[in-house]
Amino acid sequence: MATLTMGKALNLGLNDALARDRRVIVFGEDVGRLGGVFRVTDGLRDEFGEGRVFDTPLAEATIAALALGLAIKGFRPVAEMQFDAFSYPSFQQVTSNIAKYHTRTLGACPMQLVIRIPYGGNIGAIEQHSESPETYYVHTAGLKVVTPATPADAYALLTAAIQDPDPVIFLEPKARYWMRQEVDLPLPPAALDRARIAREGHDATLIAYGPTVQTALAAAEAAEGEGISLEVVDLRSLSPLDLETISDSVHKTRRAVVVHEAPVFMGLGAEIAARLMHDLFDTLAAPVERVGNATIPYPPSRFEKLFVPDVDRVLEAVDRTRAY
Amino acid sequence: MADAMNARQPEGSVPQDDPIAAMLTADGVLTPAAEREAAVSDDRLRELYRLMVICRRLDSEGLNLQRQGELGLWGPYTGHEAAQVGAALAMDSTDWIFPYYRDFAMAVCRGIDPGAILTIFRGLAHGAWDPYEYRFGPFIIPVGTQVPHAVGFAIGCKLDADPIAVLVGFGEGATSTGDWHEAMNFAGVFKAPIVFLCENNQWAISVPMRDQVAGSIAARAAGYGFPGVRVDGSDVLSVHAIVRAAAERARRGGGPYLVELLTYRLGPHTTSDDPTRYRTEADTEPWRQRDPIAHCANRLKARGAFDAAFEQAVGSEAEARAVQMRQTLLNAAVPHPATVFDAVFANPPASLVRERDEFIAALEPEGGRSAANPLPPEGGD
Repeated sequence: MATLTMGKALNLGLNDALARDRRVIVFGEDVGRLGGVFRVTDGLRDEFGEGRVFDTPLAEATIAALALGLAIKGFRPVAEMQFDAFSYPSFQQVTSNIAKYHTRTLGACPMQLVIRIPYGGNIGAIEQHSESPETYYVHTAGLKVVTPATPADAYALLTAAIQDPDPVIFLEPKARYWMRQEVDLPLPPAALDRARIAREGHDATLIAYGPTVQTALAAAEAAEGEGISLEVVDLRSLSPLDLETISDSVHKTRRAVVVHEAPVFMGLGAEIAARLMHDLFDTLAAPVERVGNATIPYPPSRFEKLFVPDVDRVLEAVDRTRAY
Repeated sequence: MADAMNARQPEGSVPQDDPIAAMLTADGVLTPAAEREAAVSDDRLRELYRLMVICRRLDSEGLNLQRQGELGLWGPYTGHEAAQVGAALAMDSTDWIFPYYRDFAMAVCRGIDPGAILTIFRGLAHGAWDPYEYRFGPFIIPVGTQVPHAVGFAIGCKLDADPIAVLVGFGEGATSTGDWHEAMNFAGVFKAPIVFLCENNQWAISVPMRDQVAGSIAARAAGYGFPGVRVDGSDVLSVHAIVRAAAERARRGGGPYLVELLTYRLGPHTTSDDPTRYRTEADTEPWRQRDPIAHCANRLKARGAFDAAFEQAVGSEAEARAVQMRQTLLNAAVPHPATVFDAVFANPPASLVRERDEFIAALEPEGGRSAANPLPPEGGD
């Protein structure tokens, strides 16, 4: 048992994958001698050599395309995008080629690759270092999209993503890189399509993922003091969505609040709310509430606390579902 | 146009001592010495001629099939035969080719059934061959985006220390894309074993070369740290020998090489295009005079390796291949529509399997779907 930050858990996940499978290779901007701007790849180049962990020129489209070409050659590429908004130059490669190559080759060329993207705000940075681009990726058929909320899941989901034969967009909640947890490594790979009940409760369900899981847990803790029992679902996989776990929870609590950093408009909360309305129309005691950003470019850091979901905004949404 | 047809080497595109550039005359064709050195046999040249004739006939049949309503779209490549056949046959069978959407003749040279390829243009599926079987990637539609795939694959070959060269095809329009420049740079930085093959056919749909590229494509390679040459793309012998030399260089660890072939798209961009809106017959005529097939026939005649019997035999074979392609296409079974769910993932999530099952259930008459016949219309007879 060791106390690990999420960043270290990811580092160990990469390390163990590199050690286990000689075809795993890691590349991106500054991932080699620097160890990544968030140090997630720290020490890996020294351990595994420049042939397996290497820096690339600064060009995200070709970093993604390289992963595609190397996957055809039988490698298991793990590519890093330095920041959320820096993944956009690779968008065409990801949506038009990586997501469709398996179909276009009638299944002959699996895209066994992982693209890691640090995402989310709350780090006092500018807008292109604070965005939540998950909806772009979940809306593209052919991709799997996962995001861990804990160090243990960071390790277990990354292990699973690297082993999965399909392309996985691996979203890392950068504000949680420094959160700590006791972890007993090595952990077995996690299922890439299952949500997790992070806390049990019966009055309402908070549905969160990535950076907002901690927020939801803190809200549940605060609510308990007021005699309100909140269940927290950590989605882990954003595509596919584990609607079964979500529905089972909301079936029990009859109230749901979806919490994400991305803008509410057309965010994942929209799909979840629509599904819950469809599947649990007669069960729901209140409309599904959504807590997220306004429809604005991510705000200057001075104001970000007003826009990133916090305990108060989550509890206000819970109150609305209870008062309905 | 005279300028566009001139394959003279652009200033600074190749180092003084580049042996491949030294194979070319000022007009971008093999020097007599290089031709002797390349030693392309009469049989090989006849094979190149034969495949060019076959591929041109397949192109005209593709056009016919589209006009007859059997294909949704066709992208003619007549004019490109020397470029595609010459380059494809220059690669070893263990080498890989990553084509762009017009590289149909390359696919045929690799042994892929042309009638099967046409099922893509008939709208039956998005793919028609296993890239591993033919070492030939899928046709990529978003312009230029296949170029960095090929570089990634080539870097993989280098990491594996495989003696494999990679060829990637693209048009001159692709050289304007960011992906192309990024790929060139990555190839230079990683010294990837790759041959960049620009089929500069002078037109990116309606935009002429002069409005697409300032300076020269071949010269751009120098900025990425490797040589680039301009070759007369009407001369299959020159194309073949230069690409072969560049591939050998790549296999030996010499790194990337750019070959810009000056060629011409004699037909429209696709059957949805109307070239009379942007170019005249007078623009095209000089290029018709440089027909790659006639050019090759002249070379064979000069070697005394061409006669009427050979010409006739090749013509008959081309005709038979066209008939066969048509039949293969028209006999191609329409897959069950639910097959569109099958290859989305290698390991599909349960939710997608459920969507597929719901789709199939809805196709049943009692499922209430109003369309009388949910299947795409059957092909002709």
